[in-house]
Amino acid sequence: MSVTTEGGAPEPRRTSLLELDARTRRRNRSEARFRAYGLAAVTVAVMALVLLLVSILSNGLSSFRQTFVSFPITLDADVLDPSGNRNPEEMQSVLTFSYGPLVQQAFVDHVAALGIETDLPASALGDMISDQAPAQLRAAVLSNPAMVGETIDLQLLANGRVDGVFKGRVTMESAERDALISPEQLILAEQLRAEGSIITRFNWDFITAPDASGQRPEAAGLGVAIMGSFYMMLVVLAFALPIGVAASIYLEEFAPKNRLTDLIEVNISNLAAVPSIVFGILGLAIFINFAGLPQSAPIVGGLVLTLMTLPTIIIATRASLRAVPPSIREAALGIGASKMQSVFHHVLPLAAPGILTGTIIGLAQALGETAPLLLIGMVAFVREYPAAPLDGLFDPASALPVQVYSWTQRSDPAFVERASGAIIVLLVFLIFMNAMAVLLRRRFERRW
Amino acid sequence: MNDMSVSRDVDTGEIKMRARGVEVFYGDTHAIKSVDVDIEDKTVTAFIGPSGCGKSTFLRCLNRMNDTIDVARVKGEITLDGEDIYDPKVDPVQLRAKVGMVFQKPNPFPKSIYDNVAYGPRIHGLSTSKGELDEIVEKSLRRAALWDEAKDRLQEPGTGLSGGQQQRLCIARAVATNPEVLLMDEPCSALDPIATAQVEELIDELRTRYSVVIVTHSMQQAARVSQKTAFFHLGELVEYGETGKIFTNPDDSRTESYITGRIG
Repeated sequence: MSVTTEGGAPEPRRTSLLELDARTRRRNRSEARFRAYGLAAVTVAVMALVLLLVSILSNGLSSFRQTFVSFPITLDADVLDPSGNRNPEEMQSVLTFSYGPLVQQAFVDHVAALGIETDLPASALGDMISDQAPAQLRAAVLSNPAMVGETIDLQLLANGRVDGVFKGRVTMESAERDALISPEQLILAEQLRAEGSIITRFNWDFITAPDASGQRPEAAGLGVAIMGSFYMMLVVLAFALPIGVAASIYLEEFAPKNRLTDLIEVNISNLAAVPSIVFGILGLAIFINFAGLPQSAPIVGGLVLTLMTLPTIIIATRASLRAVPPSIREAALGIGASKMQSVFHHVLPLAAPGILTGTIIGLAQALGETAPLLLIGMVAFVREYPAAPLDGLFDPASALPVQVYSWTQRSDPAFVERASGAIIVLLVFLIFMNAMAVLLRRRFERRW
Repeated sequence: MNDMSVSRDVDTGEIKMRARGVEVFYGDTHAIKSVDVDIEDKTVTAFIGPSGCGKSTFLRCLNRMNDTIDVARVKGEITLDGEDIYDPKVDPVQLRAKVGMVFQKPNPFPKSIYDNVAYGPRIHGLSTSKGELDEIVEKSLRRAALWDEAKDRLQEPGTGLSGGQQQRLCIARAVATNPEVLLMDEPCSALDPIATAQVEELIDELRTRYSVVIVTHSMQQAARVSQKTAFFHLGELVEYGETGKIFTNPDDSRTESYITGRIG
């Protein structure tokens, strides 16, 4: 008989701890289910990432290696230095065009000297070498005029199709349908490789050389794009960090809390959500059309990206300022520090790791941004390196993500490999920046 | 007289701070209602009362820390040595150098022990040389009874000290600027009994130089360290007088109820 007094606690249920009741079993089951969902979600995410990396790496890693043809070239003094005084300034007048036949003839002779029988006409043999090769040769000769008249061994770029043969892009079947390479050329390329006249090696030019036209993917490089991106990051850092941090400190620590500051706050958050292409239109209208800054210039790209990065930096900075315990501010004020002293001596150093992380993440975001740059002309074909800052900021340049975009637009399949390679370079930069953010934060945090 | 009151020579010296008709509003809340208090020099004055009675709020009026709260408004007159501290010409920064404060939770700066103490003298320009600064730091740490424990680890972070040591470090930091009045907002509430005893001993010593105002929840503490006690209840100053009198023979029935544990 249960003896419950009115309003008193009910009699406790007597159950064994050794067996689970239905309710506990149900709860355990739902927890197990939830864990499974979570695990599944993580697995999907990791798989997607791995897939992405595998596809990019498998497509793009080969772009760092390039096929070269090496053979002796006799540098005919009559052609290359008509005046005969080895003056590089006069030799400038011999155009790249005149070097072409020299390269082709040397290659034909080399094939014959190796004793390889081929029915290909001389022009077809010459086509196996890149259109860039005469320019390569000219640059080599002009840098060392003493070579003229001698026979030198030189490694010249192979044509993009020949390069494709050794990267598995071009096969017998595709060569039959391809106007730019014939099965005979392919066979010859294999023979030359067996002879050691065609080699594939690491190609620094992919990272340092400027872009090349659609007909010569083998010569296209990221030099100008990397410089353009680097210059833009300088501009973003120089503008976004001080403006963003100053605005955050003012809003967080000094500004009165009223309607106006509320409005500003809401709009900063809104700005962070504005599609980046809108910033591009803004940049086009204000920086180029109104202010008259040059198109395709890193300064304009940098300013547009600054506008885009500002909200990120402001939000991150304000969050880290807010995370500083108020007791620190009180302590400083309590011994008679002024508001500014309390902020700059105590609050800011504590918030610095967070500000730094926010800034670097904002920069990384800006580095990968493409859309606004398309609108301000950064997608242009630029072969000239920009000058050193600050003048160089006004020279035309490309940017890494835009280079990826423009390469994917080109018809030659060799540019697929180039674009993937460019993505790898971009990812390496991003990983480097994020690692720096983590490192700096660790280091600062240990100090406090 | 009961045994809670310790007989001390009450230095009924001059009035250091005088509050007349002080009212504090937090937005629409009337937190302090017409408080009149005279705080004497070289005296420990304790503010006691139940939670939310306004004693901390009133304490923060004395060095204008309430200025940092947007919604807080202070009315009435508070003077320090006869000068109105709420006068528009007064810069609260200068005031706070004269009226130092120690907070409820130890809040050392995340810097070295040395820099914690040296910070005040540095920003107020109290020293002209490194040697002079070293001297101030040592003197302040000695005054806060922390020198022996801290002298070999001055460059270690102040946050690495124990709770009681941190609070004494905060006291050293506060006395380093040579204030005239020291406000303490429940300085022992986060400390263990041993650390509490050390801090109380310290407060008694500080009395020889400063006027100390301490807010406390512990009536025993008020009885142990103070010469004057003010009892706050619901934003009003109910009673203010000699500590011994408040604890043994209060005038107001509410005071008596509180110290005997019936309200609070």
